Amino acid sequence: MKKDLVVIGGGPAGLAAAVAAREAGVEDLLILERDTRLGGILNQCIHNGFGLHTFGEELTGPEYAARYVEKAKALGIPCSLDTMVAELSAIPCAGPGEAKVAVTALNRQEGLFAIEARAVVLAMGCRERPRGALNIPGSRPGGIYSAGTAQRFVNIEGRMPGRQAVILGSGDIGLIMARRLTLEGARVKLVAELMPYSGGLKRNIVQCLEDFGIPLRLSTTVVEVRGRDRVEAVVVARVDQRGKPIPGTEEEIPCDTLLLSCGLIPENELSESLGAAINPATGGPLVDESLETNQAGVFACGNVLHVHDLVDYVSEEAAQAGRRAAAWLQGGLPRAGRRIAVCAGPGVRYTVPAFVDPARMEERQAVRFRVDNVYREGVLEVAFDGRVVERRRKKVMAPGEMEQIFLKKAHLEQVRELGSVQISVCPN
Amino acid sequence: MTDVIIVGAGVTGCAIARELSRYSCSVLVLERAWDVCEGTSKANSGIVHAGFDAVPGSWKARLNLEGSRKMEALSKELDFPYRRNGSLVLCFCQEDRQALTRLYEQGLRNGVEGLEILEGEEVRKLEPNVSEKVVAALHAPSGAIVCPFGLTIALAENAVENGVEFRLGTEVEKIEPVEGGYRLTTANGVYEAKALVNAAGVYADIFHNMVSGRPIRITPRKGEYCLMDRKAGACVGHTLFQMPTALGKGVLVTPTVHGNLLTGPTAADVEDRESLGTTREGLDELLGRAALSVKNLPVRQVITSFAGLRAHEGGGDFILGQPEDAPGFFDAAGMESPGLSCAPAVGSYLAEEVGKYLSLEKKANFKAVRKGIPSMGAASPEERRRLAAENPLYAKVVCRCEMVTEGEIVDAIRRPLGASTLDGVKRRTRAGMGRCQAGFCTPRVVEILARELGQDPGQITKRGPGSELLSGHHKDGLCVQVSGDRRDV
Amino acid sequence: MEEVQRKELVCIGCPLGCAVTVELSGGQVGKITGNTCPRGAEYARKELTDPRRIVTSVVQVEGGELAVVPVKTLAQIPRAKVMDCVGVLKGIRLQAPVHRGDVVVENVCGTGVDVAATGEVERAR
Repeated sequence: MKKDLVVIGGGPAGLAAAVAAREAGVEDLLILERDTRLGGILNQCIHNGFGLHTFGEELTGPEYAARYVEKAKALGIPCSLDTMVAELSAIPCAGPGEAKVAVTALNRQEGLFAIEARAVVLAMGCRERPRGALNIPGSRPGGIYSAGTAQRFVNIEGRMPGRQAVILGSGDIGLIMARRLTLEGARVKLVAELMPYSGGLKRNIVQCLEDFGIPLRLSTTVVEVRGRDRVEAVVVARVDQRGKPIPGTEEEIPCDTLLLSCGLIPENELSESLGAAINPATGGPLVDESLETNQAGVFACGNVLHVHDLVDYVSEEAAQAGRRAAAWLQGGLPRAGRRIAVCAGPGVRYTVPAFVDPARMEERQAVRFRVDNVYREGVLEVAFDGRVVERRRKKVMAPGEMEQIFLKKAHLEQVRELGSVQISVCPN
Repeated sequence: MTDVIIVGAGVTGCAIARELSRYSCSVLVLERAWDVCEGTSKANSGIVHAGFDAVPGSWKARLNLEGSRKMEALSKELDFPYRRNGSLVLCFCQEDRQALTRLYEQGLRNGVEGLEILEGEEVRKLEPNVSEKVVAALHAPSGAIVCPFGLTIALAENAVENGVEFRLGTEVEKIEPVEGGYRLTTANGVYEAKALVNAAGVYADIFHNMVSGRPIRITPRKGEYCLMDRKAGACVGHTLFQMPTALGKGVLVTPTVHGNLLTGPTAADVEDRESLGTTREGLDELLGRAALSVKNLPVRQVITSFAGLRAHEGGGDFILGQPEDAPGFFDAAGMESPGLSCAPAVGSYLAEEVGKYLSLEKKANFKAVRKGIPSMGAASPEERRRLAAENPLYAKVVCRCEMVTEGEIVDAIRRPLGASTLDGVKRRTRAGMGRCQAGFCTPRVVEILARELGQDPGQITKRGPGSELLSGHHKDGLCVQVSGDRRDV
Repeated sequence: MEEVQRKELVCIGCPLGCAVTVELSGGQVGKITGNTCPRGAEYARKELTDPRRIVTSVVQVEGGELAVVPVKTLAQIPRAKVMDCVGVLKGIRLQAPVHRGDVVVENVCGTGVDVAATGEVERAR
């Protein structure tokens, strides 16, 4: 089978990319989705708060997903559900206009099958960091779940993972699950956060924890799991500035469940098998202004590119990837020679994209990034080859909230032989 | 009265069961856990040692060599993952060279083939990631790696196919001699057998001491491990040991048969025979020691850590066969390292001994070959295509990280001595063994287990009763409200 | 003269999270300090006099391809009624199919607000 465009993943990123590509004139495209329905992780995010930027109203996850599913349906975009992509490989010596990527996938109807694609949008999303990666010592009983697994049990299957829970990690998923468990009749005894600040939105701290009297302990981690068959207790302890547990501060908290909400990791095993270069700071592919990876015709967007906190930005980013893939297919996206590096300066952990080509870019290009600490009254600086061209004071910036600035094509084109754009944060 | 009862369904018990199933006799295996391979056999290094470590003349030396020689053929016969990757004992300073030479000579005396001492540069040529500090190493090309679950389950399944019966969830409480044999009291009733095999791991001394006046003492020796992502699996090709210490073979770094990187074990004697928790100190120590062997050990790629208990007997060797004062009671005790490597040889030896004791005949219809579950993850593209075409469930991926399909999971549940728990599915198929550590596949595997076993998902456990994964339905813990009036239910 | 009570709360309007102090006398909101922008004052006033929340949860579905369907209150309800609201949802059994927008409970807990499905559950095949 041959396709102009294959979109891998039918979550918010894949849907928005496919919709944008079709609207930009790509007729021959296909979404491959591993679940039995479209929408991705949004289907289990039944809380509200999605879509304020995109639709100007507060939707729940399934409602937000449905908007895009309906668009895709209205545009007649084909998709293969319950279909897993097993492998991506570059087709050697593919000439211009020829298929670049061999996609191997499986599903019950077709068995193992191959698609040759001229362009690919990677939209596989991310996974949660497991206990092992956190090196939490202790026993290995039942009752330890990542927050997303628990979310699936409660919200999709109506089953409770436990009755008395401790949650490690105060990112938004951890906070949301604290409220979900409480509303469904379980007791959340504590949310522990390793950092001295929460990675979640203020709104979620108030409405998911404070509303229900759930304590949040900062600079605290789980140092031991107890219980042979099922979790019986966890031991928490305060940590020092380097995140190391402070001896003597241990406290045992009886519970039957430990939920982990300790970070998300972009799922790039397929991208790597294709040879896409990965940015160690994001765990996602290194991309240029068109969200194209170092593999020609392969674009990335959404949480596979870098972990987002707002789905609205995923949709926006993915729509760009879809448009650019369309332009690429239509021959309007030649690889030019000039590449300006976009780099993370002091105070900034990463930037997406990592390069821009003024000749290829759209009029305005968002550069999204995360800061490395909480900055109050910090100054955001944009420098062209070391010369500061923009300074903006911000009341607060935090690692948990993605920041963005915009680069203008006209502006970049004016500067001759520009080598790099650096974004940095100066503390107050 | 049963002919033979084996207490314990770890790798040793299962190997003995399989070898006994060559004879015309009734064999029953009693296991307190709800699956085979639930004790020491599930948490070890997965190494088939070459055989140079043990004191010449000891059981360990004799059976290691035999076990190591048998393992490859057995892996083909019983279809479990095995790979001869060779091992290196690293020597970090000139002072230790003498000890390295002694190890080499001991290996020769034990009959290990192909041993050679390599200089530092030769070692690094063979293993580019080996530490610059290494000055020499003992190379044993016959060293190998094996999947300990795969081996144990294969032995058990083959035993079942040849008529052995397993009673899981059956903890033996008391053993006493009776006329013509032994009586075992368990929570699930009383059993009697003409001959008894004690393969009870860290509990073997308790059973031994119930029937023999010559007590043995098992000390559980805890070993902690870290398993790293398959991305880190190519970090080393050989199994890298450090110079052995009084407590054992020290910390190793090895690829696994499934392409992960494994490091461990620590060694700490503990009192509690159930003490399976990892510790911060242990894990820190482990990663520190492992970093001596390998440059840039990929510690950030750790996906899980675990601990196992070795059954260390004070005498330092295995205790095999009948105590003088307890005829018909066969010990397989003190099965610490190299117990896994020795299992095929221990199985043959004890089956023979029991056979002699009961004057058993070999049967004609023994089926030596067992076929494992086809693995989509490990299959070639052509095999994948064929498997998916033959059974559509093999095209339904459940575990993304290890590419395990519903077909494999259903097979794991339905085959003889099939999986009945989440861990059972995991050890048979690798679903949940990958980098997300079952985050995605747990709900799906629970659903499949419930469907196949005809149970409610709420009854599905991680590893048997008490480890239920779910706790009722949503809102079970809430009071029902009717138009604002609280009504307790 | 009535005693003046002080209440402290954290504004949720933006990541800044201003610590807002509100003076209350006789249930009436008086001086508001600590906020950086007018949204902070508005939030504090509302939160102290009439805090409201959207409630999202799940409801049992019989004969469906899934066991539950997600639901939400179509408008905010008083915070004090949140647990009562999920208590009402506990007693509800829907028959598949359930469609997005289907009203599951009318006027939940006398709030004047309906609860509706936010997802779809088709009949089990």
